[in-house]
Amino acid sequence: MDAFEQLGSWVVNGVFGVAAGSRASDVAVYFVADVTKIFLLLSVMVFLISIVRTFITPQKVKKWLGGRKEGVGNVLAALLGVPTPFCSCSAVPLFIGFVEAGVPLGVTFSFLISAPLVNEVAAVLLLGLFGWKVAALYIGSGLVIAVLAGVLIGRLNLESEVEEFVRKVRSKKQDEKSTAWQGRLDFAKAETVDILKRVGPYILFGVGIGALIHGLAPVGFLSDIAGRDNPLAVPVAVLIGVPLYSNAAGTIPIVQALMAKGMALGTALAFMMSVTALSLPEMIILRKVLKPKLLALFIVILAVSFVAVGLLFNALPLGLG
Amino acid sequence: MKIEILGGGCANCTKLYESARKAVSDSGKKATIVKVTDYSEIASYGVMRTPALVIDGDIKSEGRVPTVDEIKKML
Repeated sequence: MDAFEQLGSWVVNGVFGVAAGSRASDVAVYFVADVTKIFLLLSVMVFLISIVRTFITPQKVKKWLGGRKEGVGNVLAALLGVPTPFCSCSAVPLFIGFVEAGVPLGVTFSFLISAPLVNEVAAVLLLGLFGWKVAALYIGSGLVIAVLAGVLIGRLNLESEVEEFVRKVRSKKQDEKSTAWQGRLDFAKAETVDILKRVGPYILFGVGIGALIHGLAPVGFLSDIAGRDNPLAVPVAVLIGVPLYSNAAGTIPIVQALMAKGMALGTALAFMMSVTALSLPEMIILRKVLKPKLLALFIVILAVSFVAVGLLFNALPLGLG
Repeated sequence: MKIEILGGGCANCTKLYESARKAVSDSGKKATIVKVTDYSEIASYGVMRTPALVIDGDIKSEGRVPTVDEIKKML
């Protein structure tokens, strides 16, 4: 029993007097332990990343990536996507800014894939709920997908599939004000509160569902349908994930509970990636700058990559699930 | 004074609009507040994160919703 579970059982069994060992107690202890752990880890991590963010503004990223070649550019873009703040509502101005700065299309896509897929919130949840091995696998394969999918889109010469108005935009030069340390810390504080407020409800919801699954679903009830021996489970998980609108915060706790009930690791990874990186609202927003053909290709390439990751990790004898 | 709220209509853009309106009425200054929702126009400001707050052509904040007090200081 770790410190968080001890806290959970102290609150549930001690303060609220729920009899230990009952199902209700199981569910509640799990909920309290996970929620405390996640919020604690998240506060620290988001604060640190937010300080890093004050050094990596989109304006700088744009400059660093402008005119980069395939390969180096894609790797750099995928890595810069990790700490860069990303909200799907900013996808369009970001895309236009990149194109205008001469960032190649494939490199832009590496960034657009990595930014929502691999971020500090996902990393914290994976680390806290699954341990570092699964966290590393998720982040590693997320980055590889961002690089490869970007290279592929770059090679297909689809520049004509970007809406015309994007190329006509000429922006005013924006001077970057240098920020003092006090400003960076203030920003990080505000950002931490903001992000916790935003993902908080998702976490409570996700852990709540996860706790119910943990306490009520029979052990191994998913082994047959979502275990590693069912090759269809991975594509189905990805398909289910596409229209689901959630983020890493809400999805990962649920997936963790599902894995404990027999869902295979690869299937779980593929599902998480599909939910976080392919969402309907983001696609609708991207449609403003991408013509249907390029948008469709983007979705298909990502979906196929997630299925490939899922099948790969289900086939490997990793002994983590 | 001209205040522009840049953003494609996300929840935070509406929040920023409301905060700006409150800041203006609290400070008693005269200002017109307009929403800029067209993406090519937003991008032409050099803004890459929405919502952004522009006062008389100067980008005051981007990618976040400043508090009413912060906006009052910017006015």
